[in-house]
Amino acid sequence: MRVLLRSEAQGGGFVPPSSNDFELPPIFGNNIYTTKPIALVFLSVILISVFFILASRKAAVVPSKLQFAGESVYSFVRNDLAKDVIGHDFLRFVPYLFTLFTFILVNNLFGIIPLLQFPSMSRVSFPYILALSVYLVFHYVGIRKQGAVKYFKEIMFMPGVPKAAYILITPLEILTFFLVRPLTLSLRLFANMFAGHLLLLVFILGGDHLLQGVIGLKLISPFAFGIGIVLTFFEFMVQCLQAYIFTLLAALYIAGALADEH
Amino acid sequence: MQFVNLAAEEKINPLIPHTAELVVGAIAFTLLFLTLRKFVVPMFEKAYTERTNAIQGGMERAEKAQLEAQRALVQYNEQLSKAREEAQTLREEARVQGAAIIEDLRAKAQEEAARVTATAHSSIEAERQQAVTSLRAEVGALAIELASKIVGEALDDQARQSRVVDRFLDDLEASK
Repeated sequence: MRVLLRSEAQGGGFVPPSSNDFELPPIFGNNIYTTKPIALVFLSVILISVFFILASRKAAVVPSKLQFAGESVYSFVRNDLAKDVIGHDFLRFVPYLFTLFTFILVNNLFGIIPLLQFPSMSRVSFPYILALSVYLVFHYVGIRKQGAVKYFKEIMFMPGVPKAAYILITPLEILTFFLVRPLTLSLRLFANMFAGHLLLLVFILGGDHLLQGVIGLKLISPFAFGIGIVLTFFEFMVQCLQAYIFTLLAALYIAGALADEH
Repeated sequence: MQFVNLAAEEKINPLIPHTAELVVGAIAFTLLFLTLRKFVVPMFEKAYTERTNAIQGGMERAEKAQLEAQRALVQYNEQLSKAREEAQTLREEARVQGAAIIEDLRAKAQEEAARVTATAHSSIEAERQQAVTSLRAEVGALAIELASKIVGEALDDQARQSRVVDRFLDDLEASK
């Protein structure tokens, strides 16, 4: 449908894919809540919920294959992320980190799943929301743990630093904690998904366009498709990695807020 | 179709969020979080705890069994050495007792032998005495009888006396 729209708009000449290709029209009429990314996000919620509820329903000591699969993901987040990074008292953050990881992972993977083929996280709103939740969580945890005054004081005036250095460090720390962290967190995820999808579009739409050209161009088009396929595998890696990094950083920020000294 | 127009016009800044997506993202994430927290995490944690307990319980049981076995072994060894000691003392006692019994028996036998010997001695002595006495009497009688016989004969017959003397002399001669 998109290709159709594109060719209509461009009238034949190849226009490289741009950010406009991420602006998908509503599926039903003009309702802005029925766009593809929104549908995908809801689909991901349903898929994740159903899968993990089925996998964890029995909670047997000797797991079935399904339970084992679900538990592998769960114990990865629980032990390798939450436990190793946050340390003691990690258990109450497991549901949150687990949700973050699975939600991002599945929405990222939508980018290479046939027919769906759109990473929801390439819509910047979703990373914004997730980063905002991390931002709220780690500040909340820090304030709860150390008290608002001590928490903000330690952020602004890092203990064990010569007084003169505060001129330099304090603005940097404030920037880091209140602006850089949430921004980098969301933009990293968004940009990776956005760029990855754009790259795939370039090669696949380009290959398609070449196929419609003269005979010489037709011969080149398989290479474009081939690279598109290779990039799909690469994207798979990036998608998993970004889900991991986002969750890891969230855990690190929480651990930092919980620690007595930064 | 509105989108087509958009695509034909200016580029859209991808960093500007959409209100609809922000709302949906927040709702979806919260929904997922609540679902996972309520239904999934407790179940997985339950499986975890049960598994840990099962493994720990198994290990504890094994440890207990091992301890039990060790204790039993020590006990057996103790009992064995005690039994050995007991056997040793019993043997020693038996040896001592045996020696005592033998000594006792020997003494008894010696005593018995002495008694038997003494009895024999006395009985022999008595018999000898008796024999001597009876012999003496008999010899006396015989001597008297013989003497009387000799004397009688001598009185009877001179010739016979000489015969006797002759015979005596012949006997002496023959015995040479």
